[in-house]
Amino acid sequence: MSTVAQKILASHSGRDTVNPGEIVKADIDFAFMPALTAALAFHAMYDMDIKKVFDPEKVTILLDHIAPATNIQNATLHKECREIAKAQNFKHFYDINSGVCHQIIPENGHVYPGMLMVGADSHTCTHGAFGAFSTGIGSTDMGAAIGTGKLWFKVPETVKIQADGSLGDRVMSKDVILNAAKQLGADGATYAALEFHGSTVKEMSIGARMTMCNMAIELGGKTGICEPDYKTFKFLEGRVKHDYTPVYSDPDAKYWKSINVDSDNLAPQVACPHAVDNVKDVGEVTGKAINQVFIGSCTNGRLEDLRVAAEILKGKKICSDVRVIATPASPEVYKAANTEGLITTLMDAGAVLCNPSCSVCFGGNHGILAPGEVSLATSNRNFRGRQGSTEAFVYLASPATAAASALTGVITDPREV
Amino acid sequence: MSIKGKAWNYGDDVNTDFILPGIYLELTDPKDMAKHAMEGLDKEFAKKVQLGDVVIGGRNFGLGSSREHAPIALKYSGVGAVIAEGFARIFYRNAANLGLPALECPGISKEVKTGDDIEIELSAGKIIVNGSKELSFTPVPEFMMEILSAGGLREYIKENRAKW
Repeated sequence: MSTVAQKILASHSGRDTVNPGEIVKADIDFAFMPALTAALAFHAMYDMDIKKVFDPEKVTILLDHIAPATNIQNATLHKECREIAKAQNFKHFYDINSGVCHQIIPENGHVYPGMLMVGADSHTCTHGAFGAFSTGIGSTDMGAAIGTGKLWFKVPETVKIQADGSLGDRVMSKDVILNAAKQLGADGATYAALEFHGSTVKEMSIGARMTMCNMAIELGGKTGICEPDYKTFKFLEGRVKHDYTPVYSDPDAKYWKSINVDSDNLAPQVACPHAVDNVKDVGEVTGKAINQVFIGSCTNGRLEDLRVAAEILKGKKICSDVRVIATPASPEVYKAANTEGLITTLMDAGAVLCNPSCSVCFGGNHGILAPGEVSLATSNRNFRGRQGSTEAFVYLASPATAAASALTGVITDPREV
Repeated sequence: MSIKGKAWNYGDDVNTDFILPGIYLELTDPKDMAKHAMEGLDKEFAKKVQLGDVVIGGRNFGLGSSREHAPIALKYSGVGAVIAEGFARIFYRNAANLGLPALECPGISKEVKTGDDIEIELSAGKIIVNGSKELSFTPVPEFMMEILSAGGLREYIKENRAKW
């Protein structure tokens, strides 16, 4: 009667089964930290009178949020992270040339089905796309996790998102998760694990599943999970060098609540300012003028996202009133996009290409919005002030909707360009 | 353990970008973070907040980022506790881990206005508004209460390393 989340927490705390609401202490398989939260985590670990991480092969730091450094303050933080990695004898360390943490972690074989992973970034839920229990934590929790190899968890309820049918042309997994946010609300899955089921999910690429799991936190979720299948195993082949045991929900697993997404009839979705659950069909916001488009982030900075954008922009010019910032999520993505000619297509259309990093998403790196400006972004949050001025407006949508809107200068249905 | 101060009510959906905007994530000294507490919503807060004051919220307080900078900024600005109708999961844990009580109290954002006197009796589960009106908060789970009583997770682990 258990869900994937319950089974993984049970197996990592020496139990046969666990029940929602119970508190368990569980063994951590891997822990990672972006620079912005890593220093605080190590300060916390040292304050606990622990000098060394529990296993230098199972802990890493990634310099992704701001990369390269933009001022002396964050340059100093990067320097401290590099020193920590050396002093702790990390087997893996990812410097500013690496890309977004949630892309690097799977590409480098740190994720596998059935594992328990923690990250000091809220979008750590992304990795549930591989059938892992993967959740974002703060720096003090991270200090305990890296110092002791254990952390306490309240066993979550599980919410089932059932998506059946075929997504239409230029309708993407981003539209599915935005629709789920609309249905459940920004606190509709608080403390819960999300499980994605249905024929639409089975049809999706690994990248598309990552997009949905990435945004589980925007519904309050602790993690988002897709059950592993042949696509998962194929992606992990050659990346994960050891055996693992996939975990699946029982047919009689108990779900806290369930929602359905009707993929056959789903229109492209847009999350309007200033909340991720303020979601409308694209037709309801068509014509809204925009100043900036961002295509990138851990949500939608993968090869298939750049392909969709390039397909729409090929041979055309971005509207002169709009600037487009495109940021591949990792060097692997960037190089593959370059080989396919996508980078040239995007640049010829007028896009600015940034180096793999968190880029525009969180307002601390580049691409900052001025007061009164409007952005359409493929990232995951549109809180007031998220990408710069508190008087700016951020809309969230898929790469298809973003590229189509870049051409016209107003929010545009990607099926109509 | 008793907490006493003035209320600052910010209503529903107070996200972590409001509590500490992303531009300040590169800070590592809690005192520096405290200078920008609540800046995304109220630029006056950090200048005016007094030791023991209580931040009040409605639904989903602390949604968004895992940044511990947010509860750190509140704690080091002098905030004694946060009371809300509901909390986002990561903020709730982070606050408790820092020894900053995050208390769930249905209806609180309607019952209390900014400037009201608040007194919290943590062990009794009581909130007293303006010296008379009494509200109760959802009991803190025993394990989290142990962390709060220790002063936070750092202190708890130091004291309980053997059984962790």
